Amino acid sequence: MASANQRTVRILVAKPGLDGHDRGAKVIAHALRDAGFEVIYSGLHQTVDQIIATAVQEAVDVVGLSIMSGAHLPISQKLMKGLKDKGLNDVAVVVGGVIPHRDIPALKELGIDGVFPGGSALDSIVAGVRRAAEEKRVEA
Amino acid sequence: MGVAKYTKDNKDAITDVELHSGIKVKPVYGPDDLAAVGFDYQQDLGDPGQYPFTRALHPLGYRSRAWTTRQYSGFGTPAETNERFKLLIGHGQNGLNVAFDLPTQMGYDSDDPMAEGEIGRVGMSVDTLVDFQTAFKGLDLTRIGSGLTINAVACIMLAMYEALARSQGVDTAKISATPQNDILKEIIGRGAWIFPVRAGVDLTCDVIEYATAQGKLPRCNPVSICGYHIRESGATPAQEIAFAFGIAFAYVDNVVARGYEPTQVAERFSFNLNIFGNLWEQVAKFRAARKLWAKLLKERYGIQDKKALYLRGLFGGGGYGLTKAQPLNNIVRGAYYGLAAALGGAQTTALCSYDEAFTIPTPTSALLSLRTLEILMDEIGLRDTVDPLAGSYFIETLTRQMEDKVLEEMEQVDRWGGMVAAVESGQVQRLVSRQAYEWERDLAEGRRIKVGVNKYVEEDEEPEVELHEYSLASAEAQIKSLKEVKRTRNQKDVSAGLKALEKALKAGRNVMPALVQCCSAFATVGEMAGIMRQELGELKEPSIF
Repeated sequence: MASANQRTVRILVAKPGLDGHDRGAKVIAHALRDAGFEVIYSGLHQTVDQIIATAVQEAVDVVGLSIMSGAHLPISQKLMKGLKDKGLNDVAVVVGGVIPHRDIPALKELGIDGVFPGGSALDSIVAGVRRAAEEKRVEA
Repeated sequence: MGVAKYTKDNKDAITDVELHSGIKVKPVYGPDDLAAVGFDYQQDLGDPGQYPFTRALHPLGYRSRAWTTRQYSGFGTPAETNERFKLLIGHGQNGLNVAFDLPTQMGYDSDDPMAEGEIGRVGMSVDTLVDFQTAFKGLDLTRIGSGLTINAVACIMLAMYEALARSQGVDTAKISATPQNDILKEIIGRGAWIFPVRAGVDLTCDVIEYATAQGKLPRCNPVSICGYHIRESGATPAQEIAFAFGIAFAYVDNVVARGYEPTQVAERFSFNLNIFGNLWEQVAKFRAARKLWAKLLKERYGIQDKKALYLRGLFGGGGYGLTKAQPLNNIVRGAYYGLAAALGGAQTTALCSYDEAFTIPTPTSALLSLRTLEILMDEIGLRDTVDPLAGSYFIETLTRQMEDKVLEEMEQVDRWGGMVAAVESGQVQRLVSRQAYEWERDLAEGRRIKVGVNKYVEEDEEPEVELHEYSLASAEAQIKSLKEVKRTRNQKDVSAGLKALEKALKAGRNVMPALVQCCSAFATVGEMAGIMRQELGELKEPSIF
């Protein structure tokens, strides 16, 4: 559970695009909730614009994208641009799913705060999301 | 030892084993165990080919005919897919299992903004009949069986297949296709759904009514009920079967309510079941499932015709058993999963390829999966005798226990008010996603072992696997070809077809004849699905977690 000096982190776990494999997203959502996060799950088939709108509406600290289809680069690029256009510079963004390691530098380059390829341990994902949220808070 | 929960004493000896379905395994089995479950040869097994078909559907099993291998394939443009099909058939594969890209599965054309970045990515892109004509070029539709892995718009894809046969002058009574067409599991587990639950079920059942009950496509299996994806989403093996049967009954009931006999409806149902996990539990699962399906069809619907009681299906895949860590280990896993399928009497099979934890398979890895299955059949003796594990104290006890467990899980489905209600309310989704989380926790905390993941872990850098690359050029070629079809087709015929589809939907009539008309006129998948979206609305996902 979150310790007393940690503010509860709100995260939107989002499934962008047409891919419907949501086991991973739901497992992460459960794990984050168990770890004391407030979790909002977007449901499937979300456009980037819908995800941004939900992030604004729910005033989340973190957006977590779950992408299995291989389209992580174009989707992340679109999301980061959309967040910037809306002035949401204090929202941390993390990406998980079927992501080859060689794409991680490109994702970081886009401003993604944490990348968790398939097979990442649950605890390391939870810790990584927490770290991303905290670092963003310090920056902002 | 990842597929059961093991308790050990301080000397590392195993003291307790509990299978995923919740059955405890004893250290030793003997005649007393069979007596304890009231095992009776005739009632529980019967000879192979005899009711209740626990041992096999056919008296001689793999002696008379080895399994059909049907690797899942398709990517990029229809022309590229055609090459891959020919490669697999050239190497001895005898059925196709067609993968469609996400826009096609979701009813969007390649030039739709929703399709951007996804064209041809995870399967073949299909916009119009021209794409089918290209993909199946040079293949004899009367000789090849095609699995069409698509659900929300399975009706469109089967209509497309019929239109393809018609355009080639092939007798539609002779074509054999199996559209997956299982919308309930798609909502539970795989996620390519479009329409609200009940409307989706009606479309699935339109296909069943048209192909089987009305006999329009007598050699097509109108539905492949996929316990597979429910299992991938977190269900236990017993739930995989129980929920698959619950789904099957929902479809049978829907079509019977339209005025057909249950035998006419259910006789060509097929199943797609998963093979990863504890070897014994899988084998017992397949044997129990074959028996229960026959028994339940007989008891519930009074079906007598022997062939209508067959649990036909593809036992294969095993995707969730594969790991990203140390991916070459997946080759070995695949061989054991194939063994489970064979010992369970699979009629048709396919294997996930070792690189599928990363991306869709390369030609090399797809071929390796096929060879793995061929080695099982041709090299190690699996065709020698039917149901070789029959009579094992352990396997027979476990088969009976699995049967009881499946029935217990089916009571849960009844308490939910049947599978349609359970999916509509999201209860089944909630259950499996919670179990998926528990499974991951078990792995994280070492209660379940997975080699390379939480035992014998190597600090592995990303392993060198050759990955299938997304091709922007293929996507552009697809859009160009779509534009060309739209420019050259007879617009009047298209409009007439779409009008007929709209009328059928408004009147609540079976959509298949109108869809065949649309496909034959080169209407696009997006145009047809667009009319369906307009008339049926879209699913609002229940809050499931």
